[in-house]
Amino acid sequence: MNEIRMDMIFSHSSDVVSREIDGALIIVPLASGVGDMEDDLFSMNETGTEIWNMLDGKKTVQEVVKALAQQYRAEPAEIEQDVAGIVTELLKRRMLVEATAA
Amino acid sequence: MAERTYIFQRNMSYDPLWKGEGPPAAHLDIELTERCNNACIHCCINRPAGDKRSRARELDTGAWKDILSQAAELGVMTVRFTGGEPLLRDDFPELYLFARRLGLRVMLFTNARLITPQIAAMLADVPPLEDIEISVYGMSRESYEAVTGVDGSYAEFRNGVQCLLDRKASFVVKGVLLPPNKKEMTEFAAWAATNPRMDVPPAYAMFFDLRGRRDSAAKNSRIRRLRVSPEEGLDILTRHADNYRKEMSVFFEKFLSPPGDRLFTCGIGPGCVDAYGVFQPCLSLRHPDLTFDLKKGALKKAVASGFTHLREMRAANPLYLKRCARCFLRGFCEQCPAKSWSEHGALDTPVEYCCRVAHVQARFLGLVMEKERAWEVRDSAERIQNLIRGVAVS
Repeated sequence: MNEIRMDMIFSHSSDVVSREIDGALIIVPLASGVGDMEDDLFSMNETGTEIWNMLDGKKTVQEVVKALAQQYRAEPAEIEQDVAGIVTELLKRRMLVEATAA
Repeated sequence: MAERTYIFQRNMSYDPLWKGEGPPAAHLDIELTERCNNACIHCCINRPAGDKRSRARELDTGAWKDILSQAAELGVMTVRFTGGEPLLRDDFPELYLFARRLGLRVMLFTNARLITPQIAAMLADVPPLEDIEISVYGMSRESYEAVTGVDGSYAEFRNGVQCLLDRKASFVVKGVLLPPNKKEMTEFAAWAATNPRMDVPPAYAMFFDLRGRRDSAAKNSRIRRLRVSPEEGLDILTRHADNYRKEMSVFFEKFLSPPGDRLFTCGIGPGCVDAYGVFQPCLSLRHPDLTFDLKKGALKKAVASGFTHLREMRAANPLYLKRCARCFLRGFCEQCPAKSWSEHGALDTPVEYCCRVAHVQARFLGLVMEKERAWEVRDSAERIQNLIRGVAVS
């Protein structure tokens, strides 16, 4: 996927399981090949965690950006960059799938 | 929101997930069944595969799922499925996938005999994230089946291993050293080295545990006869002497706990649920006063109440206080409440076999002199430093 459009909807991939343990988000591979090493796990920073939780298969990217911009009182353009960055990374790692209605 | 790196790849072996203490239990042992399709001569657990009474008492699928769900809620990251032979249970695939879908890593201990192409495919497609550990009882039909006591078991073991290899499912192997297979160590090591996951020579089980349920003097007597002598064990441990010295140097520098009368020096746990839903401190410790029936209470309660109490337990046995409590090898020796319980029916009785095994190794490392006992040593810190310096120089 080359471009993240604002009307797109994403949901968590069934190739991974996310867990919150001791306040930290941990992403555990379920299918083979998600990590470089077979026993890799993944964690996210605070921004990543927040965006991950909002990518619920219902909200568009625009709605995620808007909600975060309001919460952080930041410019939507700046938030957009973060959301696009994490979505791109998650798609590359097979942790996210596009759920946009046809 | 200035950060630009969002996802961090972690490997739990090198990179702990938590800066602090983490969840109350990060690992849980699950003894899915005590039944086994082998009848190994040295085993302290196995019930016959067709034992109807054991099967009837085992937790059902739903009860195991409930315990796995509770474990995940508690923050457990890894469960070890062991037994008996865990694959004897018809619901093994269901329980395995359930655990993985909860985000748990699964450590699987098996003899591989029941691994089919379908099971291997499942383990390859939804990998356990921990190595499958296969116990190997011999490199020929004669030696293998002299240990397992089951005709055809060797062919099934080789077939199970081949299924995993065909699907490129990762596994490691561990030898079980017994009289029928002692002459095959070189062959076993060469075969193990062909496995890409085996980057170090295979380990051997040889200092066998007695039966923790303390219900079969005959079985315990047989296990005692099959253990290697401490001297023979040393020969095997020090086959690669330089590596052994290096490992021991690191252990004595970083992990040796101090002497004292506190009974549990192991950190306690990780906790184990037996085949019938009884939570116990570890796989080996089945003392009835230290167990908790999960059919009557939640895992969370068992973890919280059990471990706190154990940390404060002190030894009272005069022999223990005279020897173990003053011994600088205490954190190195295999002596522990579980060993004491299975050998003597008490938590604080010195286990002579463990003591001899520890001493023979300490003498090899120059930490204890001939005829000297470790609890008599007054300059242990200096001797440990000498070991560390010697290894560093070499």
